[in-house]
Amino acid sequence: MIKIDHLYKNFGRHQVLNDISLHFEKNQAIALIGPNGSGKSTLIKTILGLVLPQQGEITFDGISIAGQSHYRKEIGYMPQMSRFPANMTVSQLFSMMKSLRKNETRRDLDLYRAFDIDQMGSKRLEILSGGMKQKVSAALAFLFDPKVLVLDEPTAGLDPIANEILKNKLQQSLAKERLILISSHILNDLDDITTHVSYLMEGEVKFFKPLEQLKTETAESRLNRIIAQVLKQQNSHD
Amino acid sequence: MINITKFIINDLIKNWILLLYTALLLLATLGFFLLEGQGDKAILGVLNLTLLLVPMITVIFSTIYYYNMYEFLILLMAQPLRRRSILGSLFLGLVVSFGLAILAGLGLPLWLLHPGGVSLVLIVVALLLTFIFIGLALFVAVWLKDKARGMGMALFLWVYFVLIFDGLVLLMMYNFSDYPIGKIVLFITFLNPVDLGRIMVLMQTEAAALMGYSGAVFRQFFSEWRGMLASLLIMLAWSLCPAWLSLRMFRVKDL
Repeated sequence: MIKIDHLYKNFGRHQVLNDISLHFEKNQAIALIGPNGSGKSTLIKTILGLVLPQQGEITFDGISIAGQSHYRKEIGYMPQMSRFPANMTVSQLFSMMKSLRKNETRRDLDLYRAFDIDQMGSKRLEILSGGMKQKVSAALAFLFDPKVLVLDEPTAGLDPIANEILKNKLQQSLAKERLILISSHILNDLDDITTHVSYLMEGEVKFFKPLEQLKTETAESRLNRIIAQVLKQQNSHD
Repeated sequence: MINITKFIINDLIKNWILLLYTALLLLATLGFFLLEGQGDKAILGVLNLTLLLVPMITVIFSTIYYYNMYEFLILLMAQPLRRRSILGSLFLGLVVSFGLAILAGLGLPLWLLHPGGVSLVLIVVALLLTFIFIGLALFVAVWLKDKARGMGMALFLWVYFVLIFDGLVLLMMYNFSDYPIGKIVLFITFLNPVDLGRIMVLMQTEAAALMGYSGAVFRQFFSEWRGMLASLLIMLAWSLCPAWLSLRMFRVKDL
């Protein structure tokens, strides 16, 4: 579904993405993990066309995304940090988003209902707390029932209950032939949904493997233990 | 594009700074007419205030607004929309909201108290300056990712167009006063929309008679409809160029 082919990106002298090649298919939930500054957010942003790579290409369903905007219809994006125009209300934001994509009739209002967004509809976006903003942007990401979900640190600002709701929703989506891409460094949060793990470090993919395979290779069951094991093994090989 | 523009206008017209700005313009315009009575003197007061205040508020507010909207722009960019239409909507939203502020705060009282050519030219100049400095603000904001640097640059642009440029021109005129430089000064004026706006209004008033030799060259140029048209076109170019450049820059920018 999404194929990344020898991707390079540098900001000035700083190499952020260094020869990244990855291939994601539907029915996968990929955990993009890595330390701060490893290039997770940049990789996500290149997939969304927000950052333009120097070399390499990304194809979506076989079509290169360079200079395209149409493919983003199929992607729901929940950014790491959200900030909305101060004087508008939550319901105005949702009706604007719908009016932008008028000819798309597919809707997924599960999260919208589960987070009770209707109830905060008349609130100005400025007065929302960080967690409420995260709820709004999660509901927005799912709103048009996209085939691909890209979530950048989704659990950072959410309370435990909202977190569970989001995880359940992700699990349901996975059963419906979706592709889910999550970046996070809170590893334990991702245990139940992840099917594949991609570990980024200094702009390179250290490994990209199915979770089951990793579990048997390392004889561990928790994600953070697995990562620690694999890194130890790799270091001893070097 | 229209939808985003409407959304942004809706957000801006509820912004208290913009409301305060409109009220300030309204009060100041009324104040000048109450203090100076009818006529050119009040117009000159309003003109000086406009040339100082309008570029400053517009350029600073628009720069801050872009940086505040940055995360929202990214969210919009993740939708199936073209980049051009997103920044274009932001520009249009600012242009319409600030345009309304000028019309309500400056246009309305001027037209009621002193209807005529001078007021019309002054309103048009204020509107054009608004567009120009919104364009410059977007240019700076798209160019510089860092908010503090962007603000510094925006402020510098204001100081440059309002103060430094005039100083440089005066210096040049002083040094070359033995030569017939009226025409050259005229062309140099085209490089600064604030000065051009000032002259466009001044030439409609009696004050033009006091401007000496280069004043005569100016007067000849600006009193003809061709001169007026030329300066209008230059002001229009000034409002479109920075906006167009920022759109181009935005298209290939990493966000």
